[in-house]
Amino acid sequence: MLEIEQLTVAVDDKEILHDVSFSIKAGETHVLFGPNGSGKTTLLMAIMGAPRYHVTRGGIIFKGKDIVGLSMDERARRGIGMSLQRPPVVRGVTTRDMVAACIGEGTSEEAIARIAEKAHMGDLMDRDINYGFSGGEIKRSELMQLLAQEPDLALLDEPESGVDLVNIALIGELINELLQKEHPIRDRRLSGLIITHTGHILDYVNARTGYVMLDGRIICEGDPHEILETIKNKDYEECRRCLK
Amino acid sequence: MPEIGSAKAATDKAKTALSKQAPVGEDIDLNKYGHSAEELPYQDDPSQLPVETKQRMLDVGVTLDDNSQRSGTIIQMDHSIVHSLAMQEGIEVMGTNHALEKYDWLSDYFWNAVAVDTDKYTAHVELNQSNGYFIRALPGSKTVYPVQACLYLARGNLAQNVHNIIIAEEGSELHIITGCTTASREEAGLHLGVSEFYIKRGAKVSFTMIHNWTPEIEVRPRTGIIVEENGVFLSNYVIMKPVRSLQTSPLARCVGDNAVVRFNSILVATPGSSMDLGSRVILDAKGAKTEIISRAITTGGDIFARGYIEGNAPEVKGHLECRGLILGKEGMIHAIPELKGTLAGIDLSHEAAVGKIAEEEVEYLMMRGLTRDEATATIVRGFLRVDIEGLPPQLHVELQRAIEASQEDAM
Ligand SMILES: Nc1ncnc2c1ncn2[C@@H]1O[C@H](COP(=O)(O)OP(=O)(O)OP(=O)(O)O)[C@@H](O)[C@H]1O
Ligand SMILES: [Mg+2]
Repeated sequence: MLEIEQLTVAVDDKEILHDVSFSIKAGETHVLFGPNGSGKTTLLMAIMGAPRYHVTRGGIIFKGKDIVGLSMDERARRGIGMSLQRPPVVRGVTTRDMVAACIGEGTSEEAIARIAEKAHMGDLMDRDINYGFSGGEIKRSELMQLLAQEPDLALLDEPESGVDLVNIALIGELINELLQKEHPIRDRRLSGLIITHTGHILDYVNARTGYVMLDGRIICEGDPHEILETIKNKDYEECRRCLK
Repeated sequence: MPEIGSAKAATDKAKTALSKQAPVGEDIDLNKYGHSAEELPYQDDPSQLPVETKQRMLDVGVTLDDNSQRSGTIIQMDHSIVHSLAMQEGIEVMGTNHALEKYDWLSDYFWNAVAVDTDKYTAHVELNQSNGYFIRALPGSKTVYPVQACLYLARGNLAQNVHNIIIAEEGSELHIITGCTTASREEAGLHLGVSEFYIKRGAKVSFTMIHNWTPEIEVRPRTGIIVEENGVFLSNYVIMKPVRSLQTSPLARCVGDNAVVRFNSILVATPGSSMDLGSRVILDAKGAKTEIISRAITTGGDIFARGYIEGNAPEVKGHLECRGLILGKEGMIHAIPELKGTLAGIDLSHEAAVGKIAEEEVEYLMMRGLTRDEATATIVRGFLRVDIEGLPPQLHVELQRAIEASQEDAM
C-alpha cells in the first residue's frame, strides 16, 4: 500500500526528516511514537502532500506509484486521508459542508446524518467547522470526516490525545470502523498510520508494527506494545542509547 | 411632523444644498446626465414586458411571470410607473406621485427620515423628483409574501431621481424586495434614490435590496429609517455586479424603546467598481439594539465598508462586524467601524478583519478531496452566507439563491 523510501523533507528550507524508510502493507496498521518536535506530523503531512512540506529526496510510493509530484487533492482522490492534530477553523463552512465534501459525488442528507450519528456529532453539524469545538469534538470531527471520505490509507495524527476515558472508547470504535477491524485479518485492505503519545489507542486497534522517531529519523522498529512499555518505563533516552 | 407649508420650505432648503458635496464618495457632475424621459405606457399585465427586461428584473428578485409568491408589485422604468398592484388586503402599493394625490397627509412624511439638504443628491431629488414608490402596511396587517419593487433605468445617460416612502403602521409586518437594475448595455446612467422608512410601534419591516448595475452607472441612494417602540427593521443589501461608483450610508434612528435595527450587506467589487457603503444606527431609546454585518469581497475593485453605531440611551446594545476578503492581486478594502457612546451602561462592540483567504483553510478542504478552485469557492460561499435572523425562510432561500447565482458569474 505505502512505501516510504529514503525520504528527506524540508519545511521552509529547514530539513526536518532525514532519510526515512518504511512500508505498510494493505490491511496493516502501524503506529508512530516519538517525542514532541521529532517530526511525526511532518512525516504525515509529507505523505498527504501539504505544499509547505518539500520532499527534497526519496520517494513516496502509494499503490505502486510515486505520488511525490501529486497535489493534495489528487492524493485524497487516490485514497489517502488524514486527520489533523490541529485543524483550522473555517468560518462560514459548516461541519456538514465538510462531510459533504468528504463524501464527494453522491452525497446525500441521509448519508451525512448516518455518519454524524456514528460519531455523535449531530449537534455540531451546523456549526462552523472547528469553531469553538472542544478538544474531544475536534478529534471526533476529524475521524467523522475520514469515515465519510473512506480512504484506503488513513493517517491519524494523535487521534486520542486530550480525549477523556469515555470518549476514547468511541474514538477507538471509529478508528476500527475506519480500518475495517470487523473484517478477518486476511480480508482487510485498509491501512493506517497512527501517531500516538499515550498508546491508549493500542487497546483498540490491532497495530502490527511500531516506530520510534527521533530528530527526524526512524530509529527503531518493532512490536508496538514493547516499544510503548520501553518508552513508558525508560523514556526516549533509552531509545537514544539504543541508537548508539 | 413639520407644519403646513413644509413643501415650499423643503424646496427652499433644497436650493441651498444644490452644490453641497457628499462628505465621502466621488463627486458626481449632475449636469452630465439627461433629466427628461418620455412617459412609458402602463402595463396591466407586466408579464407582457420584453423577455430581456423581465430577465434583468428576475436577476434582482423581481418575478413578473409568476407573482404568486408576492403580495404586491410596483415597477418604475425611467420616470414612469409602468405597473403597480397590491394583492393583499391591508397593503398599499403605488407610485409616490399618485400617493401624494391620494393622501394629503403624506407630504408630512417627506424629508423626516432623510434631511432634504443632506447633500446635492437629496436636493436634486427634491427639485427634480421623478416618482418612486409608496408602500404601506395598514395597522396590524401582515404580509406573508414580500412586496416586490423594481426601479429600472431604460434610457441611456438618464438620471433617475426617485423618492420612496415606506410606512409600516402600528403592529404591521411588511416584507419588501427591491431590485434596482438597468437595461444591459454600455451607456452611462445615474440612479438617485431617496428612501424614507417609518416603522411605527410594534411594526416589523424587512427590506431586501439587490442592485445589479452595469460598469458605467453611478449610484447615490439616500436612506433614512425611523423606528418606534418595539419596531424592527431588517435590511439586506446585496451588490455583486459591476458598478462605476456607488456611495450610500443609510441612517437608522431608534427613537422608541426596544427598537431593533439590523443591517446586512454583501458587496463584491469587480475591477473598475468603486463602492462606499456605510450603515449608521443611532440608538436613542432605552433597550434599543442593533447589529451591522458586512461582508465585502474585492476581485479588483475598491470598497470602503463603513459602520457607525451611536448609543445615547440606557441599556442599548450594538455590534458591528465587518469582514473583507481580497481575492486576486488588485483591489482594496478599507473597513472603518466606528462606535460612539455617550452614557455608561451601554454595550457597543465591533470586529473587523480584512485579508485574503488563509492558505491553511484552502489546504484543509483540499485534503478532503476538493480542488483548489472548489475549496476557494466553498470558502467564499461560506463567507457570503449570512444568517439573517427574522427573515421569512422563503425570502432567505431566495436571497441565498440570488447571492450564489451572482457569485458564479462574479468570480
Ligand atoms: N516552518 C517551520 N520552520 C522551521 N521549523 C519547523 C517548521 N515547521 C515545523 N518545524 C519544526 O519541525 C520539527 C518537527 O515538527 P513536527 O510538527 O513534525 O513534530 P511532531 O513530532 O509532530 O511533534 P508533536 O508531538 O509536538 O506534535 C519541530 O522542531 C518544528 O518546530
Ligand atoms: Mg505533531
